[in-house]
Amino acid sequence: MYVYTEYDQNLLNERVTQYRGQTERYLAGKLSDEEFLALRLQNGLYVQRHAPMLRVAIPYGMLNSAQVRVLAEIARDYDKGYGHFSTRQNIQFNWPALEQVPDILEKLASVQMHAIQTSGNCIRNVTTDQFAGVATDELEDPRPYCEIIRQWSTFHPEFAYLPRKFKIAVNAASSDRAAIKMHDIGVELVRDEHGETAFSIWVGGGLGRTPVVAEEIVSCLPARYLLSYLEAIVRVYNRYGRRDNKYKARIKILVKALGIEAFRNKVEAEWLHLKDSPMDLPASEIELMKGYFPLPAYAKLTDNPIELTKNRDENPGFAAWLKRNCHPHKQPGYMAVTLSLKAVAQAPGDVNTSDLFAIADLADEFSFGEIRSTHNQNVVLADVRQERLYDLWQELKLLGFATANIGCLTDVICCPGGDFCSLANAKSIPIAEQIQRHFDDMDYLYDLGDIELNISGCMNACGHHHIGNIGILGVDKKGQEFYQVSLGGCSGRDAKVGKIIGPSFNEHDVAGVITKIIDVFVEKRIEGESFLSTYERVGMDPFKERVYAA
Amino acid sequence: MPPKIIKDRAIVDDSFQFVANAEQLPPSGDVLIELALWPEVAESLTSHSGQIGLKVPGDTELEDIQPLIDQVDLIAIEFPVFRDGRGYSLARLLRERLGFAGELRATGDVLRDQLFYLNRCGFNSFVVRADRDIEEALEGLSDFSVTYQADVHEKRPIYLRRA
Repeated sequence: MYVYTEYDQNLLNERVTQYRGQTERYLAGKLSDEEFLALRLQNGLYVQRHAPMLRVAIPYGMLNSAQVRVLAEIARDYDKGYGHFSTRQNIQFNWPALEQVPDILEKLASVQMHAIQTSGNCIRNVTTDQFAGVATDELEDPRPYCEIIRQWSTFHPEFAYLPRKFKIAVNAASSDRAAIKMHDIGVELVRDEHGETAFSIWVGGGLGRTPVVAEEIVSCLPARYLLSYLEAIVRVYNRYGRRDNKYKARIKILVKALGIEAFRNKVEAEWLHLKDSPMDLPASEIELMKGYFPLPAYAKLTDNPIELTKNRDENPGFAAWLKRNCHPHKQPGYMAVTLSLKAVAQAPGDVNTSDLFAIADLADEFSFGEIRSTHNQNVVLADVRQERLYDLWQELKLLGFATANIGCLTDVICCPGGDFCSLANAKSIPIAEQIQRHFDDMDYLYDLGDIELNISGCMNACGHHHIGNIGILGVDKKGQEFYQVSLGGCSGRDAKVGKIIGPSFNEHDVAGVITKIIDVFVEKRIEGESFLSTYERVGMDPFKERVYAA
Repeated sequence: MPPKIIKDRAIVDDSFQFVANAEQLPPSGDVLIELALWPEVAESLTSHSGQIGLKVPGDTELEDIQPLIDQVDLIAIEFPVFRDGRGYSLARLLRERLGFAGELRATGDVLRDQLFYLNRCGFNSFVVRADRDIEEALEGLSDFSVTYQADVHEKRPIYLRRA
């Protein structure tokens, strides 16, 4: 992974000093609440229901074990002993004291971590495929380009005060695991006609109140122009995006208002001035960045060693875990493993101090000391020897991370919701738990196959409910919490926004409603069909009829 | 006493006088004219002795400034609120696209914590909000010694500067 040079480290140290000064001036009354708000948000610090919440950046989901140990120490020393992986591959702490944040930042800086631009109206942490570099279906490792984008967007002087937040995701695989079409900018790595790396760029996607699937603005852009093109897009947005209404300020609204063609014309007119300039990425820079993501020291192995096959044949629990939580790998004899943070009664994405220490140890023992966070709020060890999977599985069982439910109905994406978040209209974690408790028969879950269930506690959509095959949105009705259900959303290459089934439901009825929806699927499905395919074939009506039947 | 501003990293007197309407235009001295007032005073300005400054909102189109750029010594971009980022892009365009070499001033809700970025976008003078300590604000220009991107002063992004 990327290793800081002295230069990067100086920048980070100066940032800690700057933020310490800002905090001191705020506490001394020299900065107003409003002024400090914008500054602390650019540093990932929200003031929440119980305490401030600090969001720490995990650039494109990559962590090493030393970093995870520091996260564990922060959870232990500055929080109530746990952290929460977010849907943008970051980690959040829910209980730090505002006064102590500069100390936390200093501690983070000691392992090349920070909270820069994890919130606020600026370019946020760039995200990508959690299987980057190991996926069998990728053209090329996207992480060198993610790092190039990270450096370009970090403290960009022109884009610190955009109309609204701005999220960029990068994908290089045939399956889009980064949901790039639901981002302000989605960057897709492609090959041009000569086999050279190029980018197709999508713009104007986003969730929130007005979910929109991004449109393509340029296809097959030569790699050297990546940053000049991004700069042109963000400049046009900075100048022309709406600033009069927070709910109409995202780039998706500007793209819709102008239409993609007019928007493209504006961007291209700007880009003409920016391209073929010192902004062009030299091939040497791309090579330099690739050098930071070398292949680990893989052993020469073959797939399906006896240690694997024997245990698989003898142990159905292991076999199930292998099937759901282990993923194919470019390198023979290796697999990528997802640690499920979605056990029943575990708040989705939550990890405690000892979990974090244990994950760091496992990474050192099994996966070259590297860990990845996923937008589905799980954790991945990307490079595990197949012959050691059984050992790892046994360790994960002890830790509670071996729930073999990845991609299943109970692998719920869920925001912190009304229990923590001051924006939320309703709780979300207890709803996830209600559903997980209800669907506790693993064989039944496997029979149902892949189903994405996403829960957001309000229309800000941090739980990505719009793009869940089943989406649940918490709403407030005269002080009472209700839940609106949508069907048919999906986040991949054919990203779609789900359709609302009808009037919302009482919180106690949610699991019952989901059960009826699943029952309809089971009755209507044709052999081997996924939930989404069945929904697309039969439409909303059968689901609606069952759910609202008297 | 004239008000103090930051200019070229020093605290100096502001020599410019804001002209609210055509009648107020003095025959001499440094004057700051809003874009909207320009057509009314354009003729008088041809014989004006003293520097001429143009004040524009952050959402001004480049085409509206371009015809005047050779006639002015200073362009002031107004920040109605410090969170309004449009002035940053406009400043870069004035410097980098139109090659404006005169004084580029940030005015309005201008505060210490934005000065570093403003400077990188081409502003070289700052009217710090009156209720804030201008000496303290000056320190904001030195928040960082390192940057990743190209800017108005450093044309090379980090990747052209690596040893």
